[in-house]
Amino acid sequence: MNSLSQPAKWEKVFWPLVSASLLLVAWHYAVRYSGSKIFPSPLDVQEGMAELVRKGVLLRYIADSLRRVAVGYLSAAFLGIPLGLMLGWFPAASRVVNPVIQMMRPISPIAWIPIAIIWFGVGDAAAMYLIFLGAFFPIVVAAMNGVRNVPSMFRRAGRNFGLSQMQLLSKIVFPAAIPQIIIGLRIALGIAWLVVVAAEMVAVDSGLGYLVIDARNSGKRYDLVVAAMLLIGGIGLALDIGFRSLEKIKSVRWGFRYES
Amino acid sequence: MSQATSAPVASAVKAKVKVSVEGIGMIFKRDGTSTSVLEDINLEVAEGEFLCILGPSGCGKSTLLNTIAGFLAPTSGRVMIGGEAVRGPDPRRIFVFQERGVFPWLTVEGNIGFGLFKLSKEERGQRIAHYVKLVGLQGFEKAYPQELSGGMKQRLEVARALAVNPDMLLLDEPFGALDSITRLIMRGELLRIWEAEKKTIIFVTHDIEEAVQLSDRVVVMSARPARIQQIVEIDIPHPRDISAPRYLELRDGIFEQIGLAHKV
Repeated sequence: MNSLSQPAKWEKVFWPLVSASLLLVAWHYAVRYSGSKIFPSPLDVQEGMAELVRKGVLLRYIADSLRRVAVGYLSAAFLGIPLGLMLGWFPAASRVVNPVIQMMRPISPIAWIPIAIIWFGVGDAAAMYLIFLGAFFPIVVAAMNGVRNVPSMFRRAGRNFGLSQMQLLSKIVFPAAIPQIIIGLRIALGIAWLVVVAAEMVAVDSGLGYLVIDARNSGKRYDLVVAAMLLIGGIGLALDIGFRSLEKIKSVRWGFRYES
Repeated sequence: MSQATSAPVASAVKAKVKVSVEGIGMIFKRDGTSTSVLEDINLEVAEGEFLCILGPSGCGKSTLLNTIAGFLAPTSGRVMIGGEAVRGPDPRRIFVFQERGVFPWLTVEGNIGFGLFKLSKEERGQRIAHYVKLVGLQGFEKAYPQELSGGMKQRLEVARALAVNPDMLLLDEPFGALDSITRLIMRGELLRIWEAEKKTIIFVTHDIEEAVQLSDRVVVMSARPARIQQIVEIDIPHPRDISAPRYLELRDGIFEQIGLAHKV
């Protein structure tokens, strides 16, 4: 196999499985030969996970984490996309608002935790607010840049056909900006998933992030800690793969591959 | 250099004046320096005429076309079309870009129907079908531009322009990005469409052969600041034999006018 050849379908599944198995084996023997009493082996983690399923908490924790992400992330998208479109469309507005956004953007949502707790109390709302913050700014910036980067040729063509300003926005600028907006949404989803774990460590008593911190605090159950970590990774990957399938929709695919 | 102040409309085309460019000048200001791009351009285009604007790259012929389209306001002078001064873009004159001007998020049908949002659904469907056929894109109605070849994309853009039934097409080096064989085919297609649809066409190119093959008259522009150097009437009926003595004579005349020896 050289770098130019297209991987066969089975290869796309086979090689990741090979590397995952090798990692598990290395992990297993590393724990065994080091004689660690604390760090769990893959088998311990598997048993821990089975225990969580038996207790009936696993699915509930996953559902809680996903629900918080859904609420925070979707509200970020519903507010962030229109705001970003507007800022891209009206340069005067962006001159006023953009400095504020650029200033807020590098503040980690984690830094907001104390304030979120003052505003929303310890609970779901605080966690959702933190997710919202993490997802909101990348979405706004992507939509804004998406509008700014629409080739002037497309706008000219739209004006040439007699479109009003609103039609220009809805029929030219928005569809032309969609590929960039999708990229922003995808980045934001990744961030939202990072933030939910952090938020659940302080603000709530359910979810995968809570599981990590709770398993450590109540009896140093590192098998459960690692089980939760693996689940977080796996679900994050699944979300990203799911999102990437959006890029294959025909009316947006032009923005993701170089046209011949 | 002959200073063409007022260019008479070709006698072969006995039609009324469609476009009259009156003393257009254009100065671009950038970073404190101002560049004169167009100087005192006077030109008349007859209704139904096929006019080529020919000049070296970067001479300002595209600027002139954008001014006629209403995308740019001239620094001095004015453009009159059908007796009205041009104040902005208008669906009665559609600008055709190079192949990347088609909307990549719409199908062939969506692109052709783009300017028809005021028509009823049924009427729109009929127009789309007519122009799909005219430019030979049958079977590709549901295809997206990225699935089409360069020549097909260009035909799609011409169809999108024609679908709104404009009086004029303004083409800015429309075949510049195509390979030479496709370009030759596209010239034939454009002439066929021009004869079928009877539009006034202003066609900007830097290709001498292309200008002589296509147009009724060739407006030869000088290097920047662009002025009209000469207007050459191409008095050969279509289809044109591109090895006929008259063709070669006209072509070589323009070569000399531009200051090129036609030897490689």
